Amino acid sequence: MLKRAQALFLSLLSLVVLLPIAGSALAENAASQLNMPQGVTEVSQAAYDIHMIMIWVCTVIGVGVFGFMFYVMYAHRKSRGAVAENFHEHLGVELLWTIVPTIILIVMAFPATTALLKVYDTDNPDIEIKITGYQWKWQYEYLGEGVKFMSELRTSDDEVYGREPKGEHYLREVTEPLVLPVGKKIRFLVTGNDVIHSWWVPDFGVKRDAVPGLFTAGWAKTDKPGTYVGECTELCGQGHAFMPVVVEVKEEAEYDAWLANKKAEAVEYASTIGKEWLAEELMVKGEEVYLQSCAGCHQADGGGIPGVFPAIKGSPIALGPQLGHIAVLIDGVPGSAMQSFADQLSEVNIAAVIHYQRNAWGNDVGDVTQPIDVLNYKQSK
Amino acid sequence: MAHGPATLADGWRAYISRWVFTTNHKDIGTLYLWFSFAMFLMGGAFAMVIRAELFQPGMQLIRPEFFNQMTTMHGLVMVFGAIMPAFVGLANWMIPLMIGAPDMALPRMNNLSFWILPFAFAILTSTLFMEGGGPNFGWTFYAPLSTTYAPESVNFFIFAIHIMGASSIMGSINIIATVMNMRAPGMTYMKMPLFVWTWVITAFLLVAVMPVLAGAVTMMLMDINFGTSFFDAAGGGDPVLFQHVFWFFGHPEVYIIILPAFGVVSQIIPTFSRKPLFGYSSMVYATAAIAFLSFVVWAHHMFTVGMPIAGELYFMYATMLIAVPTGVKVFNWITTMYKGSLTFETPMLFSIAFVILFTFGGFTGLMLSIAAADMQYHDTYFVVAHFHYVMVAGAVFSGTAAIYYWLPKWCGKMYNETMGQVQFWVAFIGFNIAFMPQHFLGLAGMPRRYADYGLQFADWNMVSSIGAFIYGGAQIMLLYNVIATIRNGKPTTEEKTWEGAEGLEWTVPSPAPYHTFAKPPEFK
Repeated sequence: MLKRAQALFLSLLSLVVLLPIAGSALAENAASQLNMPQGVTEVSQAAYDIHMIMIWVCTVIGVGVFGFMFYVMYAHRKSRGAVAENFHEHLGVELLWTIVPTIILIVMAFPATTALLKVYDTDNPDIEIKITGYQWKWQYEYLGEGVKFMSELRTSDDEVYGREPKGEHYLREVTEPLVLPVGKKIRFLVTGNDVIHSWWVPDFGVKRDAVPGLFTAGWAKTDKPGTYVGECTELCGQGHAFMPVVVEVKEEAEYDAWLANKKAEAVEYASTIGKEWLAEELMVKGEEVYLQSCAGCHQADGGGIPGVFPAIKGSPIALGPQLGHIAVLIDGVPGSAMQSFADQLSEVNIAAVIHYQRNAWGNDVGDVTQPIDVLNYKQSK
Repeated sequence: MAHGPATLADGWRAYISRWVFTTNHKDIGTLYLWFSFAMFLMGGAFAMVIRAELFQPGMQLIRPEFFNQMTTMHGLVMVFGAIMPAFVGLANWMIPLMIGAPDMALPRMNNLSFWILPFAFAILTSTLFMEGGGPNFGWTFYAPLSTTYAPESVNFFIFAIHIMGASSIMGSINIIATVMNMRAPGMTYMKMPLFVWTWVITAFLLVAVMPVLAGAVTMMLMDINFGTSFFDAAGGGDPVLFQHVFWFFGHPEVYIIILPAFGVVSQIIPTFSRKPLFGYSSMVYATAAIAFLSFVVWAHHMFTVGMPIAGELYFMYATMLIAVPTGVKVFNWITTMYKGSLTFETPMLFSIAFVILFTFGGFTGLMLSIAAADMQYHDTYFVVAHFHYVMVAGAVFSGTAAIYYWLPKWCGKMYNETMGQVQFWVAFIGFNIAFMPQHFLGLAGMPRRYADYGLQFADWNMVSSIGAFIYGGAQIMLLYNVIATIRNGKPTTEEKTWEGAEGLEWTVPSPAPYHTFAKPPEFK
């Protein structure tokens, strides 16, 4: 029994050592499943290269150390008649195994430093994009272009909760991806609006924390058009797993056309603010916005979660004066999870959602909130 | 006046009084060990909920909000409730026996430091039943998620952390006082068993960093309730400050967890190699070096937070250095086995698995120290795999080894060797199936603390969950083995349970009498 157990022990232990080796060998083919992606930027390539150097250094040391250990476990067993010797120190070998690893580390510090310098090489960008993390979505602003939009998960709750089959792009699809051109150096300025998030695109080798009150910078430049998917990597509450990053890299002409189109949209939108909206239109749009931006906390039925998120149904704010309701959305409630939506939602969407909250679930206030009211409140401050 | 402990035969009042009012280091050690095992099972149950939910993509069993509470409570309970008290329990039992002292230096404080712990964890666990739920911000509780955006139960969490900190500080002071004052004549510092050495150094670490943790949670308390803005950017504070303060505690904390484990293994490997520990003094110096380095590397947990490059480079180099003293330890253990006369009883199997798996975790730790690569690893399952290799295969495996190793001394009964080895194999195989695939998940891009994931991660998550269930089962087997040994184990009265065992604890009868070393032993 004991003998067999030992044989099994040895074979399993060697499995532990072999697994990482097998992993790195497989990495050449099935890259995405077992190993770090090489990615499409200099930074991701640098991270991959230093990662592979480390894997090989560790593998060589590991094979040596564990190999010797298995040999000892085999050769110096009592059952083979081994008699213990009594030595317990040897200055030479102890110095050796202190100095040699130190030298290995010093040698490894050089490529490690070079790679890190590359990560920090954020100077002289062609395009700058401000990325703001919200609970639980990303906002992208093309600095100097007047283009700004929100990017949220597009996968439906029905797919998440198994009421519908999961699509091919489950949790990897957003309402509007970040669009970038090939061949341009792009600097990302990342910040957070509420809690800390972290913006990560593995194929770019960019992972920057989105900290409220602080900007962290990263950069990317790639020649490969395509769609690259990333994630939020800092715990940010219940929607942490549900705010992916999707980036589309396009040829320059395509990108220019896209940008021109976005600018035109912005101009067109400006004209709708002044327009008088019908109550029915606001109700339809409001429900859409509510489910997208409010229901996560206040719940789809407006009932909230007792003790955590207040109900809107029957709340004094929703039933009180219109201006007070607008103020809560524009200013947020300091010291609580209720943030300002002034930069997250357009005036039209804020007006619509306020109208919806004041007239849904039996909150029959009956008034109509117009985008111009929201704009006026904003400008009065 | 020596008198025997009350047993159930003396009536339940006397029996309960014995345990509540005990100042006996063996009783208190036993209390710590049983308490930590109960917490270990509770934290394990939380882990089972996590792995069950992650078995398949999509939300099947619980809501993301509850998932976050589970990850948070799993981490907190395992670190503060299972591993730390388990090693304090071992220290209580073994340090007086190893240094030839009759008891701990401060027995009443010893009683207090244990008995406040159940209250701390009762408070912490009760938050799960409160309106708004328990802590849901991760065991690292980064502000402002843990302040402005936290559920109201966060105040109970803060109170519980304060109590745990007080308990740890009292336990540490006691260990330091005991070792400094109560060693048997002739036992100089450099003749102490290595387990004692690692615990003294750990105790100093605890005394140094527990107040820092208390400071962090107190600042949170002020931010939440008294309108300060330590961590609130809108009020001129800085969320990153929280991370610096937390990790100034948190990095030494991981060595607090692992150093006593080093000590345990350094006792067991020589016993079953029938050969003295190789490089005793370098082991002591390496432990001290690791402890010192633990204070100067904290920001390697924050490589993506936007530090200036000079800071990143410093923390990277300092972190890489830790590999040197850690390597010394591993080489010493292996050389202890070299030209020994090896047998592979259960404690030795766990210790060898400790050396291998901990070293593996050390390799991934070295990879994580490289800042440019860490930009990809950070906050992914690669990190989860890394710290479970060092925490579970490190602390839990060595703790299990310690139980099998000293159980005959504690209760005068021998465990069933076959059952012990079976438990080892189930634990070893289950552990690797659970955590090896998490390396792949992390490298392929799965972030940690995700309640749900894309379809590309489905296969390895399923494998990992199966491994976790096997590993969970192994802990039930451990519980069974311990209870079966206490009730029906083969009685043993030998002083020296193991052929190759050395040290004062093996000079007293088995089971160890309620009072030992009333007269200091001779130590040469």
